[in-house]
Parts: sequence; C-alpha cells; structure tokens
Amino acid sequence: MSSQIPPEFTVEIDYDKCRRCRRCVMNCSFGCMQFKDKVVPDHKKCVACHRCVTFCPEGVITIKKNELAYKESANWTPEMRQNILKQAETGGILLSGMGNPRPQQILWDHMLIDACQVTNPSIDPLREPMELRTYLGRKPNHLEFTRGDNGDIKLETTLQPQVKLDIPIVFAAMSYGALSLNAHKALAMAAKKSGTLMNTGEGGLHTDLYPYASNITVQVASGRFGVHSEYLNTSATVEIKIGQGAKPGIGGHLPGEKVGDEISKTRMIPAGTDALSPAPHHDIYSIEDLSQLIYAIKEATDYTKPVGVKISAVHNVAAIASGIVRAGADIVTIDGFRGGTGAAPMVIRDNVGIPIELALAAVDQRLRDEGIRNNASILCAGSIRNSGDVAKAIALGADAVVIGTGALIALGCRVCQKCYTGNCAWGIATQKPELVRRLDPQLGAERLSNLLTGWGYELQEILGSLGVNSIESLRGSRERLRGIDLDEQTLDLLGIKPAGIGQ
Amino acid sequence: MAMTIDCKGMYYRKLNKMIRNAVEEGETEFVLDNINGQRYIGNGINEKVKITINGVPGNDLAMFMNGPTLIVNANAQDTIANTMNAGEIIVHGSAGDVLGYGMRGGKLYIKGNVGYRTGIHMKEYKKQIPAIIAGGVAGDFCGEYMAGGILILLGLNKDDDTPIAGDYFGTGMHGGVIYVRGDVDESTLGKEVSVLELDKKDDKTLKKHLTEYCEHFGLNYDDVMRKPFVKLLPVSTRPYGNMYAY
Amino acid sequence: MRCNCYIPSGCAISGMMSESGERMDGNAIIKSIALMHDRSNGLGGGFAAYGIYPRRANQYAFHMMFDNMEAKEKCEEYFNGTFDVVLDEEMPTRPGAVFEEETSGRYPEYGTQPITKPPVLWRYFIDVPENKTKFVSEREYVVEKVMDINSNVDGAFVASSGKNMGAFKGVGYPEDIGVFYKLDEYKAYIWTSHGRFPTNTPGWWGGAHPFCLLDWSIVHNGEISSYGINKRYLEPFGYKLELRTDTEVVAYLFDLLVRRHKLPIELAVKALAAPFWKDIDKMPENERKIVTAIRQVYGGGLLNGPFSIILGHSRGMVGFNDRIKLRPMTCARKDDMLYMASEESAIREIAPDLDEVWSPRAGTAIVGELNEEVET
Repeated sequence: MSSQIPPEFTVEIDYDKCRRCRRCVMNCSFGCMQFKDKVVPDHKKCVACHRCVTFCPEGVITIKKNELAYKESANWTPEMRQNILKQAETGGILLSGMGNPRPQQILWDHMLIDACQVTNPSIDPLREPMELRTYLGRKPNHLEFTRGDNGDIKLETTLQPQVKLDIPIVFAAMSYGALSLNAHKALAMAAKKSGTLMNTGEGGLHTDLYPYASNITVQVASGRFGVHSEYLNTSATVEIKIGQGAKPGIGGHLPGEKVGDEISKTRMIPAGTDALSPAPHHDIYSIEDLSQLIYAIKEATDYTKPVGVKISAVHNVAAIASGIVRAGADIVTIDGFRGGTGAAPMVIRDNVGIPIELALAAVDQRLRDEGIRNNASILCAGSIRNSGDVAKAIALGADAVVIGTGALIALGCRVCQKCYTGNCAWGIATQKPELVRRLDPQLGAERLSNLLTGWGYELQEILGSLGVNSIESLRGSRERLRGIDLDEQTLDLLGIKPAGIGQ
Repeated sequence: MAMTIDCKGMYYRKLNKMIRNAVEEGETEFVLDNINGQRYIGNGINEKVKITINGVPGNDLAMFMNGPTLIVNANAQDTIANTMNAGEIIVHGSAGDVLGYGMRGGKLYIKGNVGYRTGIHMKEYKKQIPAIIAGGVAGDFCGEYMAGGILILLGLNKDDDTPIAGDYFGTGMHGGVIYVRGDVDESTLGKEVSVLELDKKDDKTLKKHLTEYCEHFGLNYDDVMRKPFVKLLPVSTRPYGNMYAY
Repeated sequence: MRCNCYIPSGCAISGMMSESGERMDGNAIIKSIALMHDRSNGLGGGFAAYGIYPRRANQYAFHMMFDNMEAKEKCEEYFNGTFDVVLDEEMPTRPGAVFEEETSGRYPEYGTQPITKPPVLWRYFIDVPENKTKFVSEREYVVEKVMDINSNVDGAFVASSGKNMGAFKGVGYPEDIGVFYKLDEYKAYIWTSHGRFPTNTPGWWGGAHPFCLLDWSIVHNGEISSYGINKRYLEPFGYKLELRTDTEVVAYLFDLLVRRHKLPIELAVKALAAPFWKDIDKMPENERKIVTAIRQVYGGGLLNGPFSIILGHSRGMVGFNDRIKLRPMTCARKDDMLYMASEESAIREIAPDLDEVWSPRAGTAIVGELNEEVET
C-alpha cells in the first residue's frame, strides 16, 4: 500500500551555493538524499537528524518543519491524523523512540533553588573545598563500637558493600543492541574517567568492556541475555530491571536484524534471532519473589556488591519502593514517564506512568516515614536535562541522578526519535558497521566527561550559593526548594513551600 | 569421600557458604541430608562438583549454576535451573513451575511431572544447548518464548485422557525444539508453533538424551521408544516482526 | 493506626485440615509457616482456626483489636444495645514471644523480632437477640454490625466474627505471632496461616491476614490487580471496604456469592478465577451456558492478577490459583489430612511422608470438606 502520509519535514538546498560534493548523500542514513544531476531530497524520508546539515561544507542545507496547512482542529491535530493514517496502512502498533515529547508540565521548571544572603554566607566554590562524592549502597541505621582493653575503639558494624561516585550522576541503562558497541565503549570510558557508573542495560556485557568492571552496573532483566556468573561478578553493582519510565509494564524486543555476531556473542543467542524481553520476569510475580532474586544474585556474588532494582514511576511507586527496600535491594532507581527508550509503543510512552518529580518526592518521604530511608540509595531517572534538574532532584531526596538521553545528546544525538529504525546517523543507536564507525569511542568519552565536568562545576556553584560544601547537605533538603505556579496539592506532594514564603 | 552435611534446621545462607568454602578448598562431592526448603543450592558454583540432595530443596535450586551435578532424591520446587549455564540436575521426583527459565546450558532430568512454564525462554548459543527432559506431563505454557535448546516430554505412565502438556503449549516459541512422546492435541498449541515428523538428526539427538535419561532413572530405553515421537518447531524466528507501524 | 493508603503485598500461605474433624493443636501450622520465613518480611502474620471453641460453638466469637481501653469501652457500649455478650475475656498471649524451635526457614543470628506493642486484644462470645432478626437474617445482621464497627467505632477492629473459629493475627513474623497467641493451646480441625510481605509502614495489626467475616477466612499470596473494580462492584451490596487490602475483597466476594447469592463454592470459584472464553466456547452446552452467564453477571467479581488463595469456612477449606497460575500452590494428602502451601517443603516439614503431592491447575479449586457425619 503506498503511503498517503505527507512528509514531516522539508529539506531545502541552496543549489546556487551547493558544490555537489555529495557529502550529504554519504551522510544521510535514512535514504533521504539522492544524487541525480544534483542532490535531490526525498522529503518523506527526512527525520531531522541534522547529519547533512552538520556536515555540509557550504552550510547550504536547511531542514524545515513541513507547515502543510490542515483544517484547524484542536482535537484532531495533524499528528493524530498522521498516526491514524499510519495504522490504517499497516495494522500495527505505533512505535517510537526517545522519551515522551508531549507538553505536560515539567515540574523541575516550577521549582527554584534557595541561596544565602547576609544572614548566612555563601561559599566560594572555586577556591574552597566542595564535595560531590556519594556512596551508593545500603547503610545501617546506626553504628556500633567497642573499646578494647588497650583503649582502642573498634568499629563493630560491618557495612554492606558501597560504591563510590565522584559525581552524583550515573549513566542510564542502555543495552548493547539498542546502542552501538562504540557508544557503550564511550560510556564505559567516560564513567571510568569521571568516577561514575555506566549501565549495561539488558544486553549483556561485551568483553571489550571487562576492563571497566569497577565502573559498570550490570543489569539483570527479564530476557536474562548474557547473564551468567562471570557477568554478575564483572561489575560494581548489579541492577534488576523491573520497569522503564518510557514503557512501564511493557517488555521489548531487539529485532533479529540487529543481532549480528558481536551482539549474538554478548547476549549469548544465535545471530539473526529476535531477542525478546518479556514484560515480567517469569520468576517474579510478587514482592517475595523479587526478594528471592535479589538474594540469588547476592549469593552468586558472595554479598560483595550492592544489588539495585529499577522501576518505572507509577501510581503506587512509594509503596512499591518501600517493598523493594524491604525485599533487600540496596539501591532503588525510579524512572519517570519522560524517560527515554530505544523503542516503545507510542500509546504506552505517551500515556502511562507519572512524572519523576512527584514519584521521587513520594518515595523519599515514604521511606523516611517508615524509618528505612538509610537502607537504600535512591537514583532518580527520567529526563534530567541540566545540572539544575540534578540539584533539584537531589534536594527532593535522590542520592544521585541517572542520565540517558542527556548522555546521548552529548554523543551527538539530535533526538530525532528514530532509534528503533537502526539507521542512527550518529552511530549511536545502530548496528550498521558503516554508521557505528562514525562514533569514535575516545572522542565520545571525552564529550561525555566534559558534560559531567561542566555539570559538576555547576553543582558546586549551586552548593556554594546555598552555603554548604558537601552534597549530603543538599540531599533531601527540600527546605531549599520553592515552587512557582504550582497548585497547593502539587506543592504538598513535592513537600515544598511556594516561592515567597520564608522558613 | 564425600562431605556429608546434616542440614536439619540449617538456614540456606549458612549452608551455601559452607559448600562454597569447601569447594574453594578442593572438596568435590557433597551429600546433603535432611534438606527441606533451603534455597539457592548450587547457585554461583563454577566447579564440576557433585551434590546429592536428600530432601526437598527450596526455590531457585541451581540458579546461575555453572558446572555442578545435583542429584535430588525427592521432589523439587519452583524455578530450578534458573538462568543456568552448565551442569546437570537429576530430580528423582516431580518439579514445580518455571523450570529452566532463561537456561542456556546444562541438563535437567526430571523423573516425574513438571509444572507451568517449563523451559520458558530457554536459549542456546553455539555449543551451549540446554536440555530439559521430563518423564511425566507438563502444565500450561510449556516452552513459552523458547528461543533455543531441547525440551523432551515423555508422558510415561500417563493415562490416555491426560494431555502431555497443558494449554498454550509452545506459545511465543521462536527457537529450539520440543520433542513429545505420543500425540499432541493441536488445539492446545500456541500460534507460533507447528507439529512435525522427526528426521534422522532428531532420532540421533533423542537417542543421545534418552539413553542418558534412562540410565539416570533405571528405565529401559526400548520401552521408552516404543511410542513414536513428534516434534514442535517454531513457525518463525521472528514471530512479532510484523506487529509494528514505523 | 490505620494506614489510609492501598497496600500491595506478597506472601506465604499454608493450610491443613482433617476431613474427619480431628482437632489438632497449633504447633504444626506454626512450624509449617516458619519454614517459609523468607517469603514474609516481619510486617504481618496470622492464623485462622476452626473448631477451637466447641463449648461455645453456638455463639459468635468476636476476636477484637482495640487501639486503647477507651476504644474498648466505646465498642462495649456499642455491643450493649446490639448483642447479648455471654462472656468476654482478654485474649491469652505471651508478650515478647519468639518462635524458638529449629527451622531451616531462618537463622537466629540474623536476629528475631519479639512480638511487642500489641493492641488491646479481647474476645467476646455473642448471641444475637431474637428481636433483632425480624427483618434480616441473623448472619446478615452480624455482617452489618461488623461493617459498622470497623467503619464507625474509632480504634476498634473486628479480627474475626464466626462461630467456633477465630483469627489470630498481628504485626511480626507469623511463627512469632503463633507463639504470641499461644496457638499450642488451641485445637482445630482446620488451620490456615499467612506470612505477609507488605509494602507499607508497620504498625497496624488489623492489616495482617487472614481476613475474616462470619466464618469465612482468607489467606492470600499475590496481589489482586483488579482490586479497584472488585471494590466498586461490592460497595453497592453494602460492603464497606476500608482496610485497603486486596484480600478483603476476596472474603466479601465469597460472602456475597456463596452466602447471599447461594452459589455452590465451585461455581463461585468459576466467577472469581473464570475460565477463558476460548475454553468456554469448547464446553458442553449446559456448562457453557452456566459459565457464560457467570462471566456475564459476575464480571465485576473476576479476580485478576497473580494470586493463590486458601479460603477457610466451618465445613472446609478451598484452595485456588489465578487463571494463569502466577502464584505457587502445592497440595498434599496423608490419610484424612489435606494440606496446601506455597511450597512443598512447608508441608514436608510437618508431614514428611505423604500419600499424594500435586499442584492444582490454574483456576481449579481444590476443595476439602469435612466428612458428612462430622458435626461442627
């Protein structure tokens, strides 16, 4: 059936200035640019990935939104109409990549951070100590000491394993399969360089990444791809993936055409077969089963690593997180409904889950109410866009934040949302060798580390202006946040006061 | 000389630590008496040790197991051979639900029946081909999402009215093979599989596995082979390729 | 004390009954549930026992929990005009109790949680005055009052309200709760038990299972994903669902379907864990007609999500799973004994030699009934 859907973008080329070097044709991985006697774009295929624009030496390519007039309807937006046409043509589930693009209120943008003036001093972050170091892992509620006969004091409490972060920002779980090996390498190298963690996602760990073990979180997801005892032990922490913000309650699959030799080796499945990740873990249908899996992993790693659990932010997230902590998890990762993905049914991505800001506030408060906040670290994920978001998340109660889309943008991603096509022009979300080559792991790692360094400086600036010199004085300090343009109930849920009210 | 442990009233963490430490010190054979409900036996052991289990072991027996041989002289509970890599488990009784979840190597021999979701998401990779052989019948969702490996159901001693497996047999299967002794009621099959006759290669595979199976349980191979087998294969390795609108 | 939010929870369950009506003390059931210690998290445990008050078998035994003595006084005032209280006494308990027998379910070095800070626990043996039952049946009257006390008498909670039975439950691990309530001193022909893994704040004893109404008791493992609609379905029938636990809907659904609508238990199970349409379409005509009608009429009562449940009542015990068997259940028989538990080892712990061990199929009820000649 030929498609009736009009193009989303139009590609304009200034032919007067075009040198016909065909660099755009070589760079376009979506087959939009063709060369006849000149470059001829097939507008329908353009996804606005900006690859041609970036690499055109003359700067003569412009991509514009196709402002095709539709009969006005606030209800039947052009997008709604196009989606229906797409499904009428295919009979399939609408698929999309990246996070929810809808214009729901972003609560980070309605929170403001405090600063010191006169009555207490701000601190100069550039010349005075400013600590961002964070430890992930279960902490006891108190310590016990004894004094020996010789008067020496001895720590009697054995702390559970803790993982050190130099900056409270870790990379999100993104599998090798969804991402290219070069992207995975860049993340691992950057994690090592910046003293933080990358996360394998559910696609196993390529042996090239083994040297980075102490900066890697290995994930155990429902598909159990590449999960074996060596994998579990080649890590700093192990994470059980229950859910993902972009698609709570939904499984996924890596299509067979992406399962080449290296992925096949890493996931330990034959090349060319679909890698299905079922919606549930089939050994977890209830909270006590989660506990059983947590301890199975602890047994397999001899109680040497924190075991975390990642869930998506859903209505009951606070109670669920409490159960997870009581089930023995040392880290809880909550992923909000704007979190990204390589592929998700659009209807799920855009309609299921709740904002991370509310989920985080609810979880932190619930764990405090129950006296178990110290028993686990909280990681906050789901569209952290800048260091301001990081500071606000930590003030709401997170120990550290998780960045996925942000990290990919640092690697070159333009958020064109076509990850699932495997045609990523930037070599990030693709397995095609000619595209993967475009991403240099070294250079990628440098870009990622630069981002973290920049955000780290900014966090220090924020701490300094708050008059504190250690991240733990911000963690959970909601008193230093104020809300604007928020209704009373939202303020209440976030546990913050409206701007204009003092202490 | 096997190391014998009286496990009466012993918590799993103590027991498994004891076994792991002994394995590290070179112990190769264990007899666990009075087992009842202890979890994770065999978990995370990478050596080819032999563990005889007298009593009903707890859930997640042999999870992530990578080498040992376990002999269970009783029934086994749920989720055994979970994400197992290598080794052998011989159960002289029946076993519970979700056996061999994500199993990618090694063998699981069950004398009796198996529960729901047996062999769910079993996988294979190159020479690592896991096998589950059950002497009795299976519950619903047998071989669900199976992506590789060999699953054999024998239905020994069952009466003619009892189906060899429950409903949704092979649902979502996209790799591997299921051999069934006797007939399969096609109305119970998942939409992703079809029933086929055996070829010579299958005969060879069956012979190898069933000879071993018969040895473990003292059965007569010829008796087992008296009934013809059929096999279930996935119709496609890409069952969900056409479900999405791009 | 009461948590005002919905509380999902996982669990362990175990049940045993003598079909010949022989009464057994509580030691065995405690031992059985203790073995599954790791399936609960110390925030709830409980037991239901049938046949424990043979000398008062004709009176309703109200096991009550009060936040304080004031609540107790208020509730007794309420009883005054409502019931004839024949006898009332404090529940015998062992404060600070800990299960000390050897078990592979837990390791004492990981610490124990002695049972402390119980609410005021009192039991009342009650007759219903004749003049109260002119327009409603006696059982209906009792149900109404139980609902009324739970919603309107501040700080009072009816843990159980059946005849010759009772619930013993609280915050803690179930084996410790069993010792706390001195279950070794009671004799019952049916025992069910529950170890809870709730995902909420500790503190409220009434939130533990079993959940009881009249002689119905429910212990349940799993979470009922259809709680929202089950609750809205029950409310118009006069049930007040205020405990925020999915288990209460199961107890009320049995009360509605079996006691009030008089469905046989096996058909009630068909409403709650209904067969799939694909299978109904293949049934013989009469059966198809019945099950189709049940699904059409009782759709709001369909329990969806993972569960295994043991229902206790004065003449038997019924075990069943959800429609696709997402929670475990093993059943076993030895002579006249029927056992059901989340794990086989929990049965072997108290009955090493069994005649028969099996796992029921999804959605299929395993029904244990007292032999006809046994009087209760």
